Amino acid sequence: MDKDRRKFLKLSTVATASLIPSVTSASTEHCEDDFDNAFGVLVDTTVCVGCRNCELACNQQNELPEQPEEHFSDKSVFNSMRKPSVEAYTVVNRSIDSQPSELGSFSKIQCMHCNHPACVSACIVGALTKCTHGVVSWDAWKCIGCRYCMIACPFQIPAYEFKEPLKPRVMKCTFCYDRIHDNKKPACVESCPVEALTFGKRRDLIKLAHSRIETSPDKYYDHVYGEKEIGGTSWMYLASKEFINYDLPKLGEEQIPQMTEIIQHGIFKSFLPPLALYGFLGLVMHSIRQNKKKETENDEQS
Amino acid sequence: MSNHEVPTPINAKFFSKGAIILSFLTLIGALGYIYRLIYGLDTTTNLSNQYPWGIWIAIDVATGVALAAGGFTTAALADIFHRNKYHSLTRPALLTAMLGYTFVVVGLLADLGKYYNVWHPMLPSMWQGNSVLFEVGICVMIYLTILYVEFFPIVIERFMGHVNLPGLLSKYNSLIESFLKISNRTLYRVLSLFIIAGVVLSCLHQSSLGTLMVIAPYKMHPLWYTPILPLLFLLSALSVGFPMVIFESILSSWSFKIKPEIKTLASIAKYTPILLFCYLSIKVADLAIRNAFGYIGETSIESFCFILEMVIGVIIPMVILFQRDKRHSIKYLFLSALCIIFGILLNRINVFLVAYTPPYSTGYYFPSFVEIAVTAGLISGLILVYRFMVIHLPVISIQRVKYNAVTDTPKSESTVKA
Ligand code: SF4
Ligand code: SF4
Repeated sequence: MDKDRRKFLKLSTVATASLIPSVTSASTEHCEDDFDNAFGVLVDTTVCVGCRNCELACNQQNELPEQPEEHFSDKSVFNSMRKPSVEAYTVVNRSIDSQPSELGSFSKIQCMHCNHPACVSACIVGALTKCTHGVVSWDAWKCIGCRYCMIACPFQIPAYEFKEPLKPRVMKCTFCYDRIHDNKKPACVESCPVEALTFGKRRDLIKLAHSRIETSPDKYYDHVYGEKEIGGTSWMYLASKEFINYDLPKLGEEQIPQMTEIIQHGIFKSFLPPLALYGFLGLVMHSIRQNKKKETENDEQS
Repeated sequence: MSNHEVPTPINAKFFSKGAIILSFLTLIGALGYIYRLIYGLDTTTNLSNQYPWGIWIAIDVATGVALAAGGFTTAALADIFHRNKYHSLTRPALLTAMLGYTFVVVGLLADLGKYYNVWHPMLPSMWQGNSVLFEVGICVMIYLTILYVEFFPIVIERFMGHVNLPGLLSKYNSLIESFLKISNRTLYRVLSLFIIAGVVLSCLHQSSLGTLMVIAPYKMHPLWYTPILPLLFLLSALSVGFPMVIFESILSSWSFKIKPEIKTLASIAKYTPILLFCYLSIKVADLAIRNAFGYIGETSIESFCFILEMVIGVIIPMVILFQRDKRHSIKYLFLSALCIIFGILLNRINVFLVAYTPPYSTGYYFPSFVEIAVTAGLISGLILVYRFMVIHLPVISIQRVKYNAVTDTPKSESTVKA
């Protein structure tokens, strides 16, 4: 039965993989500013028990390397901090200054599906796109493997299949695009036994997060991580007062790609600056040449 | 006018002692290159998810592009601003730029995970106007084509009237001959358009290379992270242009035992300290505005690299070249050019590698043997092709006295007029 399910999953991913490009290219424009309507997940780290079920579900859903069940119940992985890799789109970490299995100290990390993703702005061929539902997805066919997206991502999320000589992929959380498309929750959210993960419209999640903080102000640190950070992210985090560092980098509210895009569009404003430079140099070249000609003519006459 | 100096193929043996060593390095590099293509990046490099870029980007691409700046700076000075006395320098500079960019592309291919997709940015359906890398890619591509076009007249000059293919191919002689004639005439008319375009494109992508890292504000060390990185990159590329020409000119004069054109070199060197001074002032002002001076004092790899870069790459050569008498000494000219080139190399390594600190890392990046071998092989290969070309094509100008000694026919006469 398991095999059948797997086959079905494979089929469906293939089917959606061929669908995604057309869906994304058609919908990028109008979903551009529609972040509130985009989907998101609220991670309540005060509830997470560090069972790593989400990791297991993710690996199965995305056909990442098969691991024995024990692999995911091994708690020793918490001794060091991990980052998503080509073998795991999501990982759960425990805060360094916490006791083993202390509640509130676990945090699941994965691609944040930023509102203004640095990776999307960076990608040389548009292989990464922010598309319907707020999902940031990657197109294997377009990618040339420059890895500029990895330089750009402030969360250090995309992983690269360096081991693959011919068709290396950029690997990161897909937000279970095909599941969302079928009105299902992402696999990790569905697998969480304690509802530490809440899937929904980003707009509603922000409200939910603030109402939780309001109802238990003693428990929660008064900040929704991802609401404003770098212009907002689809995945957002709540933390307890003790473990507010939840392994996420401290970031300002400025969108990451803003600066490069300002510089870029400043230089290329309808190609005026380059053309102006071209015209100017042409003028200089011409006028000096004329002058020299006159000089030599004068020399010859005198 | 430099009528007494005519570009000529150099009469020298290709395999000197140095060339043999370089061939050896090139061979090792080529093997490393093939090894990488077959076994992939993981086996051959020390790149990782934490440090996705290594020396193939910092040296082969970023430094390579900067050091090829001699091409457009000399072209601007000699052809656009008509400083005719520098004409003898344009050809070697052009050749360096052409080969430099060619090797940049070869180096880049080794680094790309899917090198066979390198043409993708050309497809309009994949144009990505927000991406700095896209702009760099497109500019480099067009500029490389322009460089080939600019170089073609030199090939024409060598072979027009001398096309003499052996055996069966000889029936094509007249066909090729007329092709050369036609292209010569057309090129002569439009060449200035290409030269200006080359200068504009160079300014664009030299600066954009600096914009690349502006997208990683939280990962860059504050000594180098600044929104004016593009300006600094452009200025430093402009500054290294002439020193690179000087460096090469002196090296080839040593290697081929010809008299270095000390007067021309001393004269072109006078622009460099001014550019370096501008660069230094902007850099200092930028550090002051961003309040980043304090980081110089901390004892870390970063601060050490920064100080090294500024002192050796900028301050020392600036002080030397501001002095008139030192500019007229081959020794000092060479030394300061070497400093500036080293400074550029270090600066690009600093910006792309040293300054890059991922939020989560378990170690440092240091290039693997294959990475170093490929980079060294590319540089050696470049020098070899350069040597081959100046031996066979009229690139380097030698004074008439020497010229007579060369047994070649005086085919170069025609170009002096052009
Ligand atoms: S977290 Fe990184 S990879 Fe994910 S969307 Fe944001 S920038 Fe892109
Ligand atoms: S590695 Fe692929 S997805 Fe990432 S920036 Fe380069 S082309 Fe785009």
